[in-house]
Amino acid sequence: MSDSTSDRLAGFSFLGLITLLLAYQLIGEIIVRVLNWPIPGPVIGMFLLFISLLFRSSWAKGWIEPSQHFLRYLSLFFVPAGVGVMMHLTRVGEQWLAIGAALVISTLVSLVVTAVVMLLVMRLNARIAGVKKHD
Amino acid sequence: MTNVADIWVYLAASPLFGLVLTLVFFQIAQAIYRRFNHHPLLNPVALSVLAIIGVLTLFDIDYETYFEGAQFIHFLLGPATVALAIPLYQYRQTLKDLWLPIVIASSFGLVAAGLSAFWIAQSLGASIETMLSLVPKSVTAPVAMGIAEKNGGVATLTAAFVVITGILGAMMATWVFKLMRLKDDRVKGIAMGVSAHGLGTAKAFQLSDQMGAFSGLAMALSAFIAALILPWLMSAL
Repeated sequence: MSDSTSDRLAGFSFLGLITLLLAYQLIGEIIVRVLNWPIPGPVIGMFLLFISLLFRSSWAKGWIEPSQHFLRYLSLFFVPAGVGVMMHLTRVGEQWLAIGAALVISTLVSLVVTAVVMLLVMRLNARIAGVKKHD
Repeated sequence: MTNVADIWVYLAASPLFGLVLTLVFFQIAQAIYRRFNHHPLLNPVALSVLAIIGVLTLFDIDYETYFEGAQFIHFLLGPATVALAIPLYQYRQTLKDLWLPIVIASSFGLVAAGLSAFWIAQSLGASIETMLSLVPKSVTAPVAMGIAEKNGGVATLTAAFVVITGILGAMMATWVFKLMRLKDDRVKGIAMGVSAHGLGTAKAFQLSDQMGAFSGLAMALSAFIAALILPWLMSAL
């Protein structure tokens, strides 16, 4: 493929991707508002897109590469919310030890608990599947 | 000729300022992160957040003014969350085999994160508002803020805790997994998505595509579970 063709394809698919994502987000937001759910629109949009992709596998392939490019910047999108901590500098200053310890230790606890439970249930799951095969 | 002060007044109030500031500082932070071989302590989100707060404080610009520009970047969290459906689709087969362990592990991790944060903050004398704002901090920002607001927390404080948790999770994950001698990328991804939402997922994608896909799944799933069980948990605390 020549460079100009691949450029054009990349440009086209990025515009297509962002349209696709925003459309699903919009559908998600509408559903959440109509049904008055406490779950955010984008999460519903993600599940709907996932289900749509399962139904149309041939269509899914074209989105893989552009979505990888877009998701490379995921961490950038958190920066504005992070800067928001400046509105709470007094509170954080007064309770820095409690907040700091709570954040660090609970993140550690969460990583370990999730991984350990996942490993245990996977093992259990495999054993049950194994028993079923023998039956 | 326009006075320099006038230009400054225009710039500080223009949405462009917050936008350009965020983009430039993030890229500088990324370059530093790469230069030092992805050292966990040089997390680009942490670096750029600190640098931006520094600049805003120095020039006495408030967060609302900054956010008028930065909101265009913040907005992309929505479509980025939707985009996680695509890597999820790529790993649909593994997903089909493992959905039960994933749901159970995510629920346990989520509750463990919320309760341990609450109790540690309580024993170290934090205010009740701070404690409640901590409970949903491992969940992705929009969900966590909604949960905090409706259950006695402060939404913007929770948002900051969410980002700090994400940074901490991304920093600690590789080290914790090494200590645990954990090899399975699927398990690592789930733990990162539950504990550190999108920032954990961003880090996981850096390590492997499979880890990223599982992290994205765990993040989305825990957003669902959190919306269902955390309000109930918080009213019981």
